[in-house]
Amino acid sequence: MRSRASLRAGTGAGWGLTAAAIGGLLFLHLPLAFIVLYAFSTDEKSFSFPLPGLTTHWFGVVLDRPDIWAAMWLSVKVAAVATVTAMVLGTLAAAAMYRQKFFGHEVITLLILLPIALPGIVTGISLRSAFNLADMPFSYFTIVLGHATFCIVVVYNNVVARFRRSSPSMIEASMDLGANSFQTFRHIVLPNIATALLAGGMLAFALSFDEIIVTTFTAGQQETLPIWMLRELVRPRQRPVTNVVAVFVIAVTFIPILAAYYLTRDTHDVAGSGK
Amino acid sequence: MTAAAVAQAPTISVSGRLSTFFYLRPRLLLLLLLVPPLLWLGVVYLGSLFALLLQSFFHIDDFTGQIVHEFTLQTLGELFTPAHLSVTWRTFMMAALVTFACAIIGFPIAYYMAKFAGTRTKALFYVGVMLPLWSSYLVRVYAWKLLLAKEGVITWVFEELHLSWLLDGLLSISVIGGPSLSTSYIGTFIVFVYIWLPFMILPIEAALERVPKSMIEASADLGARPRETFWRVLLPLAIPGVAAGSIFTFSLTLGDYILPSIIGNSAPFIGMVVLSYQGTAGNIPLAAAFTVVPIVIMAIYLTLAKRVGAFDAL
Repeated sequence: MRSRASLRAGTGAGWGLTAAAIGGLLFLHLPLAFIVLYAFSTDEKSFSFPLPGLTTHWFGVVLDRPDIWAAMWLSVKVAAVATVTAMVLGTLAAAAMYRQKFFGHEVITLLILLPIALPGIVTGISLRSAFNLADMPFSYFTIVLGHATFCIVVVYNNVVARFRRSSPSMIEASMDLGANSFQTFRHIVLPNIATALLAGGMLAFALSFDEIIVTTFTAGQQETLPIWMLRELVRPRQRPVTNVVAVFVIAVTFIPILAAYYLTRDTHDVAGSGK
Repeated sequence: MTAAAVAQAPTISVSGRLSTFFYLRPRLLLLLLLVPPLLWLGVVYLGSLFALLLQSFFHIDDFTGQIVHEFTLQTLGELFTPAHLSVTWRTFMMAALVTFACAIIGFPIAYYMAKFAGTRTKALFYVGVMLPLWSSYLVRVYAWKLLLAKEGVITWVFEELHLSWLLDGLLSISVIGGPSLSTSYIGTFIVFVYIWLPFMILPIEAALERVPKSMIEASADLGARPRETFWRVLLPLAIPGVAAGSIFTFSLTLGDYILPSIIGNSAPFIGMVVLSYQGTAGNIPLAAAFTVVPIVIMAIYLTLAKRVGAFDAL
């Protein structure tokens, strides 16, 4: 990392720039630190600061709450099924798109990107009105349908980047040595894309687990964890419990994202560099 | 493959023959690969999108409250009433200001990451930006509810610094002020910037990363001071990255309905209006018509962004 030398004649980053960068990073993370701190607050009625006292009491309360466990479990189920669906569909799309240019290639790229390029509310409300038109009752299934739709692009982006970087000569060599397409896929292609695929899946899981915008439109009576939280945010009734749930959500989503990063950090296409 | 060739190789397994079959017909294989994802996106996503847009050409009967399934431009015309125009304007202005602020705050972070940070610092920054980008949207909004509350951390900090007069002064400004930060436009703005900032940093960082070292060296060799190199070489090359990032910050602000309903003075944004028309009001055609607004704004925005090379920086 000597590029700094050429840019500033050996002086490195100016203190102003360094301060701005570190300040920016703190700006991104301090609020989360306060969430964790507030989870230990003894204050039940307001968000007063400095905290009047510290307690771990509310963690116990949350662990005993069946409604929170149910919401958490539903979110995990939705995220898992949506992720697996997106991994299959995203990989298929990536395998088809990475090498060949064919008629409609750009249109298909746009189609895959559209669910995240358009605001989430557009996706949400169109799905809702379509389910209404088709007389489909809102259920666990409709939530998964919505989540998988915007997760496909996440997996696709990760896998297609890896495909583009892997050399086609490996596949040709495998075929020349007598392996058929299925064997080549199993022993050459799959190991090659495995980490990218897994990283894409992890990111999709994190995205789906705390998705709220599309979910409010595609859920009926079901309550995912974000929906539970939103209800508490609009009408706060149990602030200490909400604080603790927020800490759980941070933990559950940070772990797969960190895993995705460590899975791919030594490659050129680090996962998570774009949504 | 001729019949003779098949006959010559009777020992090839089923999978082997299937493999050969597809190898000789790459178009068919391509089709088979594409059908499942396209079927999903085409039917589930595009189908719903068209179904929705179609509804914007229907209207609600004023007396019965039923949807009248006849082609009319009446509903789309309702978007141009003063009340609706002010919603669009408010949302648009917020999106533009948030995008601008994200670019200003994000650029130094991206610049530091791409050009000055060592390997370890860079990894730290990278993870530090990536984590909030992918996770906990609702939790992060909630965090600001704590911080901005009247009795919360921000007020306390201002008090400790004996700067309460400054905060009160800010809040007393008409329009953007309010009783507390969490119920004012200032609050909505701060939280929007906070939430979407990571989406701006990463594309800028990627664009700066792609600027070859030799180009900076060439600039210096030709007598440019570091400052000149920055303004005339580095910054122009980072513009596609800024444009790419702005697509996200702009689009996400445009469509958000949760953040402004939790933090702000409850003045409606496009998303909140769409939600209330489709929910409590039951006016699906008008809700559908209102979703056309962000779609059209984004279409224009994407065309402009494409011109400055944003798509190559995505």
